[in-house]
Amino acid sequence: MPGLEKHEAPGMEAHAADQDRVLASPWGGGQSPFAVAWPKLMMWLFLVSDTLTFAGLLSGYGVMRLSLGDWPRQADIFNIWLVGTMTFILICSSATMAVAVAAARAGDRRMVMRYLLLTILGGLFFLGAQAYEWTNFIHEGARLFTNPWGIPQFSATFFIITGFHGGHVTGGVIYLSITALRWSRRKIQPLSVEIAGLYWHFVDLVWVFIFTLLYLI
Amino acid sequence: MTDEQQAEHTEHKTGGYKIYVVVWFWLLVFTVIEVGVVLFRVPQWVLVSSLLILAMMKAALIIAYFMHLRYERLSLVYTVITPLLLGFVLFGALGPDALHVFFSR
Repeated sequence: MPGLEKHEAPGMEAHAADQDRVLASPWGGGQSPFAVAWPKLMMWLFLVSDTLTFAGLLSGYGVMRLSLGDWPRQADIFNIWLVGTMTFILICSSATMAVAVAAARAGDRRMVMRYLLLTILGGLFFLGAQAYEWTNFIHEGARLFTNPWGIPQFSATFFIITGFHGGHVTGGVIYLSITALRWSRRKIQPLSVEIAGLYWHFVDLVWVFIFTLLYLI
Repeated sequence: MTDEQQAEHTEHKTGGYKIYVVVWFWLLVFTVIEVGVVLFRVPQWVLVSSLLILAMMKAALIIAYFMHLRYERLSLVYTVITPLLLGFVLFGALGPDALHVFFSR
């Protein structure tokens, strides 16, 4: 089939040219196409998968809320000023973490320590406020599968989603404490502070959506 | 000059810690607007759409500046952002069913 041969030859050439281009690019092998150190890449991949966990939880919440109807009015039940303060604290702690990471890169050891401790303090304040909120909610009669305001899914989604996030904050406080301790003993590089920072910002990021979807909408 | 040095260089040029103060400020402004939208009773569709847009803007600020994704290579940016679209796919798969129930009530 002469027609096909004629057609194939330029195709092959184009293919070889493509291959050359790939081999010359960062995807050619022998180097990281992402240009980041592997621990940082692993943290990013973990955060992507963790995002999908929360996406699953929040989508499930959205579907339930839309299809069940008669959702209680959150403004009557939650204290928006308390939740607003919690949001404020978490945003501030994210900002102090960003400063700690920048200080680590710049080599300012004392500033890293100061801002890491401020970030941990913010996390502890947030957890305290959440414990207070849960205590109030439970005193008013909310349980995992029942609550006095109507459909049981209201308190179920609240406890599961904020609990999951609170667990992440708790883990983050422990992670940051270990990071601060190891930094003070000069056992870790600035990169480790940056990776801990990525995790902490992620916790803040998830809260943005929980705050919006569970409390405000 | 490696890419990481380049990123650091860009960061220094943009003024060290100042960018974090600016991002922090806007995150707070968006939060105040969010609470304001809830307190001033607006129509439900305005409330839901404005809150979702504000949440996405806050998320974009955090990812781009606090998590430095803006200074990373595009291949990493795509790797991180593409799976997030799966969240929309997930709701796209589940949403019609829930919305049908919602609108037939």
